[in-house]
Amino acid sequence: MIPLSWYLILAAVLFSVGMFGAISRKNAVAVLISIELMLNAVNINILAFWHYHSQSLGYTEINGLVFAAVVIIAAAAEVAIGLAIIIAVYRLRKTVVASDINVLKG
Amino acid sequence: MLFQEAVMNSTFSLVPLVVFLPILGILLNWLFGKRLGEKGIGSIASLAAGGSFVVSVLLALALLQNHEGAHIPLFTWISVGNLDLSWVFRVDTLSVTMMLVVSGVSTLIHVYSIGYMHEDVRHQGEPKRFRRFFIFMNLFVAAMMILVSADNFLMLFVGWEGVGLCSYLLIGFWFEKGEGGLGNAKAAKKAFITNRIGDFGLLIAIFLIFWNFGTLNFAQVFEMVPSVAQTQPGVLMAITLFMLLGVTGKSAQIPLYVWLPDAMAGPTPVSALIHAATMVTAGVYLMVRTQVMYMAVPGAQQVVAWVGAITALFAGLIALGQFDIKKVLAYSTISQLGFMVAAVGLGAEVAAIFHLTTHAFFKALLFLSAGSVILGMEHGLEAGSHGHGSNHTDGSNHTDGIHHDDPQDMRNMGGIRKKMPITFIVYLIGALALAGIAPFAGFFSKDEILVAANQGNMLIFVVLVVAAFLTAFYMGRQVLMVFFGDARSDAAKHAKESSLLVTVPLMILALLSVLGGGLNFPGVHTLEYWLEHTLEIPHATEFIVPIALGSLAVALVAIFLAYLVYGRKPLASAKAADPLAKPLGVFFRWMNQKFLVDELYQAVVLGPYKKLADFFAYPVDQGVIDGLVNGMGSLTVSLAGALRKLQTGFARTYALSIFVGIIAILVYLLTRI
Amino acid sequence: MTRMIDIYSILPVMIVAGWALLLLVVDLWIPRHRKGITALLAAIGLAIALGFVLASSGNTILGFNQMVVLDGFSSFMQVLFLVSGMVAVALAYDYIQRMNINHGEFYVLMMFSIAGMMLMSQAYNLLMVFLALELLSIPLYVLTGFARTRLESEEASLKYFLLGAFASGFVLYGTALIFSATGQLDFVGIAAVVTAGSANSVLFLIGAALLLVGFGFKIAAVPFQMWTPDVYQGAPTPVTAFMSVAVKAAGFAALMRVFLVLFPSLSEHLTPILWVMAALTMIVGNIVALAQNNIKRMLAYSAIAHAGYILMAFVAFGNGEVVGNTVAATLFYLVAYGLTSFGAWALVIVIEREYGKGILLDDLAGIGKHYPWLGVAMLVFMLSFAGVPLTMGFWGKFYLFRTAVQAGYIGLAIIGLLTSVASAYYYLRVVVYMFMKPGEPKLQINPWVSLVIGVAALAVLLLSLIPWTILELASRAVLLLQ
Repeated sequence: MIPLSWYLILAAVLFSVGMFGAISRKNAVAVLISIELMLNAVNINILAFWHYHSQSLGYTEINGLVFAAVVIIAAAAEVAIGLAIIIAVYRLRKTVVASDINVLKG
Repeated sequence: MLFQEAVMNSTFSLVPLVVFLPILGILLNWLFGKRLGEKGIGSIASLAAGGSFVVSVLLALALLQNHEGAHIPLFTWISVGNLDLSWVFRVDTLSVTMMLVVSGVSTLIHVYSIGYMHEDVRHQGEPKRFRRFFIFMNLFVAAMMILVSADNFLMLFVGWEGVGLCSYLLIGFWFEKGEGGLGNAKAAKKAFITNRIGDFGLLIAIFLIFWNFGTLNFAQVFEMVPSVAQTQPGVLMAITLFMLLGVTGKSAQIPLYVWLPDAMAGPTPVSALIHAATMVTAGVYLMVRTQVMYMAVPGAQQVVAWVGAITALFAGLIALGQFDIKKVLAYSTISQLGFMVAAVGLGAEVAAIFHLTTHAFFKALLFLSAGSVILGMEHGLEAGSHGHGSNHTDGSNHTDGIHHDDPQDMRNMGGIRKKMPITFIVYLIGALALAGIAPFAGFFSKDEILVAANQGNMLIFVVLVVAAFLTAFYMGRQVLMVFFGDARSDAAKHAKESSLLVTVPLMILALLSVLGGGLNFPGVHTLEYWLEHTLEIPHATEFIVPIALGSLAVALVAIFLAYLVYGRKPLASAKAADPLAKPLGVFFRWMNQKFLVDELYQAVVLGPYKKLADFFAYPVDQGVIDGLVNGMGSLTVSLAGALRKLQTGFARTYALSIFVGIIAILVYLLTRI
Repeated sequence: MTRMIDIYSILPVMIVAGWALLLLVVDLWIPRHRKGITALLAAIGLAIALGFVLASSGNTILGFNQMVVLDGFSSFMQVLFLVSGMVAVALAYDYIQRMNINHGEFYVLMMFSIAGMMLMSQAYNLLMVFLALELLSIPLYVLTGFARTRLESEEASLKYFLLGAFASGFVLYGTALIFSATGQLDFVGIAAVVTAGSANSVLFLIGAALLLVGFGFKIAAVPFQMWTPDVYQGAPTPVTAFMSVAVKAAGFAALMRVFLVLFPSLSEHLTPILWVMAALTMIVGNIVALAQNNIKRMLAYSAIAHAGYILMAFVAFGNGEVVGNTVAATLFYLVAYGLTSFGAWALVIVIEREYGKGILLDDLAGIGKHYPWLGVAMLVFMLSFAGVPLTMGFWGKFYLFRTAVQAGYIGLAIIGLLTSVASAYYYLRVVVYMFMKPGEPKLQINPWVSLVIGVAALAVLLLSLIPWTILELASRAVLLLQ
């Protein structure tokens, strides 16, 4: 059986990768994808822990499952809004490269 | 019985009206005054003051039923830390007595002012200021009512500053007039600044009280006084002496009295109301209110008594050498306030309040009658010069020390008795009352102070007797110079009696000056029993026949002497020297020049102060401090510019900043675990 | 089983959310030139919810298996959110017509966001906190980009969205770590596990730190503040006003609720972090504001600085003796800041000629002469912002500083004092431009906006005289601690 810590480390690594992508990528869509990666890394963490926690308790708690479901829903909502915004920006600037867009600064 | 009690308590809760009615008057005159005309403005203001008087009377009637009075809270004012102050009105026999005096005299003076200011604004060529005058007057009444109805030191201080402000505004009412176009403004400034020094003392006293007592509420402070007096007598001494500094400012005692004579630059009703009858007595009221503190430190009481006695004597001397009709009265006011302060110092608080009350009557009467005389003179001036309407009070023809058309200079008067008979009679009553001739009011109240001095401190007694002698003498001099003899100028020749609006309040005040002694008539002591419910009265006042007769004799002798000097052979012309000038020589000139105290202050205090201020203003402030501040400023601005550059506008930079923040936090936490 | 009491406990939230859904449909039948009706309906919905909040205040209820709580704190915050919402509707009504972005969805989105904030103040479960955070944020991303034809608006929206999503990733990870450490999501359970000492302390601490990052983003604390000036500048001004008041308040609501209930045991580790954050926030906000010419940007930095003052009092969150004062002072400050802020933003709306134009300091010239009442109102707001003694802002700062000093953070209080002195420079500069520079301002004054300005100015003046009335309300808004 795979120990819990492996899952947790996997989640942390995925989260870091997502974080790195969000900081380093210039394209807004790529940033969005990286953020989604972060959210899903968290989901791995939650579900792994929920599973081991339920096993140690001897019965199944519902909270972790619900949590993961809510995260997926929220992530979906974020993606929907995010893509809409990116499209609106694209219509005005014909680009989605975030580093081209800095009218507002200082 | 219950019903009666309910009525009484609801009467007590009327007390906020004594403040709010004048404020209502201000609002009405402010909002609608322009459309109302002079009659309307005057009526509103007078009704507001009169309303306060009616409320005060109701309060007094309720107090007859329940001597203990009441505390009427209005709202919580400041609640910071352990300082918890509420706006509470205190209804007790002392505060109601003051309310009655203030609102009663105010009402009469408001009515008088309708007539007086009608003339004055025209004479000065600014009819539009009529409304402003009444707004200031009502503001004064409101502030004074706050002062006397306060239940804690801070509320009292609000009123104290409020009346100071009104005094400033009203002294400078004709701010563009006076000597060189600045005289009145300077007088107002002088009054304000001198008072600030005193206020500073009061403020320190209040801080010390809060520091050592932990509260500013009168009742709580007074309750703790005995224990503090035992453990920290020095603190109590400091508090009372700093408070005395405040008193010397507001009540014009040595060394801060110098503002009051200059304050006569204000219109005459102002001199009567603020600078004779009410505001200047605030200091006396304060000391009477805090008598518990003074009684706990006999040393402070001694100082107070001496300050009062010396002021009484000193101001009396100066009054003798003045020619301006209002200046004489001003110094007389300082002198009489000295009597009151001395009475407080001698532990005779009732006598002080008694004299305060009678003084309010007869001094207001004297000032208002003097105003009537001045009006008459101004009339005469215009009639005599056939209407070449120049401005007379900013006189610049100052060559021989006499303004030949100055309507306030007594040397220009003479013989007014026949032109203005009503004014003459009421003036005479006021003068006799002030001089201490039985059975007028001043006789009884001054006698009580002398009795207290006789029992307390013989030396002070002597000083006060001399001061009383001087009082009678200079009043005799004034009456003889103004009303007797022949007219010494055109103005006096053509003087004319004032209108009923002016004379009726005079008659009422004259009546009060005659009957005022009845308030605490020997053997009856109404006022004493009345105030007993609020004040501690260590020993009851006695009526000692030899002292009474003696003081009466002193006054009569003084008046007779005045007759010998000024009455038998009146001044020949306006240019003639005072008959005392020759025999007294230099001393008379000193008296005339007010013993050069103003010049002394100028040389010792103001001059060096101004030099110091210049030093701090130019080399220190503009050089060192501004340099530092500007340096800090440009440093900050360049820092701001640098930080702005971090705000690149790229989302990546912002995410990086978040990332850096997280890493910093995590690293920190890892070092801690 | 859902009990009536559960429904009762979140009835106002349900009303706002349900009303918004209905309004979304109703709006389809309201013609474009009649969107005022939508605004009115939105305001009515908010008012009804406000009525229910007031009616249910004073109760303390744990509903839905301890997932939500109704207590004095939540009631106070909800009143703040709902009133802010109504003010924002009043400010937006004329503005979105002038800027030609007159769509009914504006009001609907605002109501959804308010529902999220209200839920945030009631959340008693980390899952609810996350849900509320998303519910309040996502509509705001859209509102920020509501001026679809304006690049500023879209850029602001994109930045806000990307960074907001990034930050909520941290909130989520923090929540997950706390869940890992304790096996619980609801506050009652977590607190019990922590008290029992059976939590994994490292994971718990890191989870708390990550939550702090997420909330720090919402309240714009340095170094998580960088989105604020850009987003405040680019968003439609009524949205900015709404964000600067309500979103900030919601962020503090979450911060206080979560930290005071869950993390007092971690205060030893978290307090130094909060100390540094508060100090940096006050310094950076106030200093960079000095260099701004654009009023919207300047007010954005000022908003950052004010968050710093509140954080200063919050540093003491683990000190049980002063925590009551922290909550009361914070709530008072949010009210003081909210009133002043809405007034100032309303003035920006008045001077904004077209989208993002006419809002430089120079555009203020001459207002004092030609519109004296407007000038006086702005003077009141600026004095209150600067904390000039005896204004409402002064009392707010006074209570915050007092709390910090009581807790022993004198150094922080001194930093706060110095930066607040520096802030007087840029606040008074506004006044100087209005009253001392000649100019011919052309203002678009709408009755609703002037109503907001007038009421805000009067309220600030009045409450400056009697600040303790609000403080007493704030002190009674007790936060339910486990």
